[in-house]
Amino acid sequence: MAWVNAIIQGILTGGLYALFACGLSLMFGVMKVVNLAHGDLAVVAGYIAIGIIFVTHVPVLWSVVIVVPIMALIGYVLQRTVIQSALDRGVLTTLIVTLGLSLVIENGLLQFFTANTRGIGPGMTLVTGSFTLGPQIEIGYLLLVIFAVAVAVLLGLQYFLSGSKYGRLIRAVADDKEAAQLAGADYRHVFGIASALALGTVALGGIAYGMYSSLDPTAGTDTILLFAFVAVVIGGLGSLWGTLIGGIVLGVAQQIGAQINISDEVLAGYIVFLAVLVLRPQGLTFRRAQT
Amino acid sequence: MTAPSNGQGPEGTPLLDVRDLTVHHGQLQALDQISVRVYPGEVYAIIGANGAGKSTLLRTIAGLHQPTAGMVVLDGQDVTRFRPERRARQGIVMVPEGRRLFESLSVEENLKVGATYARNGPWTIERVYETFDWMRDRRRQQAAQLSGGEQQTVAIGRALVANPRVLLLDELSLGLAPVVVQRIYAMLPQILQTGLTVLLVEQDVSQALRVASHIHCLLEGRTTLQAKPADVSAEQVEAAYFGLAGPASPAEGMTAGVPLDGSSQPTEGSGSLWPG
Repeated sequence: MAWVNAIIQGILTGGLYALFACGLSLMFGVMKVVNLAHGDLAVVAGYIAIGIIFVTHVPVLWSVVIVVPIMALIGYVLQRTVIQSALDRGVLTTLIVTLGLSLVIENGLLQFFTANTRGIGPGMTLVTGSFTLGPQIEIGYLLLVIFAVAVAVLLGLQYFLSGSKYGRLIRAVADDKEAAQLAGADYRHVFGIASALALGTVALGGIAYGMYSSLDPTAGTDTILLFAFVAVVIGGLGSLWGTLIGGIVLGVAQQIGAQINISDEVLAGYIVFLAVLVLRPQGLTFRRAQT
Repeated sequence: MTAPSNGQGPEGTPLLDVRDLTVHHGQLQALDQISVRVYPGEVYAIIGANGAGKSTLLRTIAGLHQPTAGMVVLDGQDVTRFRPERRARQGIVMVPEGRRLFESLSVEENLKVGATYARNGPWTIERVYETFDWMRDRRRQQAAQLSGGEQQTVAIGRALVANPRVLLLDELSLGLAPVVVQRIYAMLPQILQTGLTVLLVEQDVSQALRVASHIHCLLEGRTTLQAKPADVSAEQVEAAYFGLAGPASPAEGMTAGVPLDGSSQPTEGSGSLWPG
């Protein structure tokens, strides 16, 4: 039963990883940008939430309503300024620029908020509560809620991308941005919207991680970006639901690793990552050639 | 500037006025002071061999290349510095070479993208379905699954729903079977009925001569011939196309291959080239 529990916990953790990963995947799929500051921006979102809760004493969930639009706006502006100017000089430049952005954010957070770890929402029953499903199977409310949020986010993204005007433009620009220009679409604006979506989703990831575990300035690259990257690669580059599958595979691998030996948790995730890279480099959800 | 010669299209002001356009690809000069005047309702065909600069000219008019010198004027408005998307919204809409559909989108979604920033006008997605009746049944199909000719038709439909004032068609025949090309060109009159003006680039000269009201031949980035199709002989076109001068000219005083001096407009004295 301990193994079943490990697998269930792994699946649920996959939801958290999908929140980390879907924005990274979206930005890569649409504009071929691997945003190395993705995780740090999630931490920024978490810190903003902590600040809002500290100053205004609003309930934790209310902070989400404020932080997500803020991060979406930051995403749009960041794309239209820093990332777009890097993109104009070539896709490789975006790696360097977003790495620079990552370093600036991380060190800025260290400077102003110290290396102390911070959590979000201590004392809430949502964070600590759980229910029992059977012998040795205990499911935390928080992880369940995070998983549900991840599924809702992916459903929302899918609905937006397939059904709305801007969703259609995002897919068109991802296919052929020059042809989209000829149809009157300003691809920079469309890129900005995609980035806003990406940072809106990772803001949820940052806050969720702050509740599930804790945040510190280095968590962005050490944990969030790395796990997001692994989930994206396992699931298949540019695939949205692939990030959930990739996240679940990573989560289950980690939990099973931890079941064998608690110190094997992180290692097990990376072994699966490596195995997928070697055996199926196109990812698990790959169906057909995508440009 | 030179007055419109009798070889030009209808009188009045041109809808699209391209003045002395010079374009470089890096160090290489692709176009040398090319002028094009397209009048409302015309089918203006640019012909020429591979590398003559036809597509470069069209792409520059659409805004995908910036010229080193010269202007692009749409109905009196200088659009030379406008980005492609802004030109498209103003009414210069191009069907690019190689179709360039959004391959992961369905046929209908491709048309919807084309209609997103459309001007007001006669063309709607519904009208495209009426014009190309096979498309309605296959509107949910992914664009990548269509044949080349079908993709070309969807690409034309995607441009039409934007209600262009000037429709730029870049090498419609490229990579398509001749019978398919003929079928596509056969639809042109129907499209023109809605008041469109067409500027097209075509390697297939006989096809261009058949549909065009005005032809303009380029050779290595320069104008070698401008005329109405009815006014020129096959030999003249051939001479302009391949850059043959002298003996190849069919009649005395014919200089079809000669005006390589950079003058893109016919000069006043060259009446023999553009018989009234």
